[in-house]
Amino acid sequence: MAGELVFDEVTVRYGRPGRPTVTAVDRASFRVRPGEVVGLVGESGCGKSTLAKLACGLVPAAGGRATFDGTPITPYGLRKRPAQLLRLQMVFQNPYASLNPRRRVAAQLQDARAIHPATAPSVDDLLRSVGLDPALRTRYPHQFSGGQRQRIAIARAMATGPDLLIGDEPIASLDASLQAQVATLMRDVALASDTSLLFISHDLSVVRLIADRVVVMQAGRVVEEGPTEQVWSAPQEAYTQRLLAAIPLADGLGTIPDVAPA
Amino acid sequence: MTLVSTTTRPRRRVPEALRSPLTVVGVVVAAGWLLVVVLGPLLQPADPLAQSPDRLAPLSAAHWFGTDSLGRDVLSRVIAGARISIPLSLLLVALSASVGSLLGAVAGLLGGVVDEVVMRLADLVLAFPTIILAMVVAAALGPSLTNAVIAMLVVTWPQYARVTRSLVLGARDREFVVAGRLLGIGWFTSLRRDVVPNVAGPVFALTTLDFGNAILLLSGLSFLGLGTVPPTPEWGLMVSDGVQNFTAWWVAAFPGLAICSIVLAFNFIGDALRDALDPRMQKAVGSRAL
Repeated sequence: MAGELVFDEVTVRYGRPGRPTVTAVDRASFRVRPGEVVGLVGESGCGKSTLAKLACGLVPAAGGRATFDGTPITPYGLRKRPAQLLRLQMVFQNPYASLNPRRRVAAQLQDARAIHPATAPSVDDLLRSVGLDPALRTRYPHQFSGGQRQRIAIARAMATGPDLLIGDEPIASLDASLQAQVATLMRDVALASDTSLLFISHDLSVVRLIADRVVVMQAGRVVEEGPTEQVWSAPQEAYTQRLLAAIPLADGLGTIPDVAPA
Repeated sequence: MTLVSTTTRPRRRVPEALRSPLTVVGVVVAAGWLLVVVLGPLLQPADPLAQSPDRLAPLSAAHWFGTDSLGRDVLSRVIAGARISIPLSLLLVALSASVGSLLGAVAGLLGGVVDEVVMRLADLVLAFPTIILAMVVAAALGPSLTNAVIAMLVVTWPQYARVTRSLVLGARDREFVVAGRLLGIGWFTSLRRDVVPNVAGPVFALTTLDFGNAILLLSGLSFLGLGTVPPTPEWGLMVSDGVQNFTAWWVAAFPGLAICSIVLAFNFIGDALRDALDPRMQKAVGSRAL
């Protein structure tokens, strides 16, 4: 079984003209093992999305090394992405921007199927697998709701026959009632095809629902890592404890959670 | 009820977008001019080059649009002019839009040195008044119709390059373009499949607006003796000729109306096509039924 993503002491810096560089990820190390669902949590700006971009070859590493099933990940720039890395796919945060508005849904799923045309599920099966009616295949993205679009984006990623799926805040722009639903769907479709899943979110309650293991990041560093329940019941780091304390509880009493200081 | 059924088949709504009154006017006028271009010589009541002593004659049964300062029939000249001005302007707009948008798209996508070189060249051209630079180029190449088109191409591509580049820059980092690249396609496929279709609308609208400029630029060069040469019945030349005979309004008015009508017709058609080609515009129609 393939689909192992390894971050080994990776550092990512963003240079800004005329201003000091920002270290978004600072010597972060962790791995996503084959078939595993890992939740990557942390507050905004802690480097979660940068790690996702690094894994997809969208930003270069200033130090350390990222590999996918042994293949080093480097930015592809204007070249085509290396074939070995195509089995790593991403679902983006904004479902309104991640589908080409001018192409029908079926055509966009076909583009993704083209990577492994022989083994890829049919467009109809893909739509069914994410809970959409295959009859909707001829529609354009604007004819779908945000949640439906995110399902299509998941179907597109799955059409490539991925070994690892990265969800970069895939539920952040969805209605609260849909978040758990889409997150669970993502876990289910990934596990059904032996795909590992790296689920990035700042929503800890949803991560708890779907992740086997949790990685906690703070200011570019990995501060805690462990099985989900263990991190939840016995968080070791003070930062993790504060994060967990900040989960809002709907008790009807108007309790405002303690906000984790940056 | 029909609206509900069409939401599942967006293709059906394209004719709807083309059914607005202005669009119909545009299509009818443009089709009329196309007919004139095709049938040209058959429609002329007189030889457009034949001079007569009957100078600056007002409208009459013999000369519906009057005659010009050399006694030539204005109606015949307007009809003959359609065969020169319309195809030439279309050719010019097509050429400058293709060259300009391709350069702009490549500059926007590749960035770096390519971007700098292309855009500084564009700045260089834009720094000069259009007609003066076109004159310089046309004069350097020698007066002929081909050289006039080349000169106009040189001065008109930068606006397409600028618009396309800015649109491509905006589209390049959008998530669906990145998502496409993650599927392993090269930059050229990405440009063709994800970027161009999403930036084509504004560029398309620009070409329809630019059609009028092309006719005017062509007329200007002709007026200066660097494009078409008298006695060629070119619309711009005819307007310039009419301006010198202010009292005989018909000499300039009819070719002017011809320019005006074809430019407006193209603008109407361009607007309608831009809307029809954009599936998101169809939502405005369909959402009422949803």
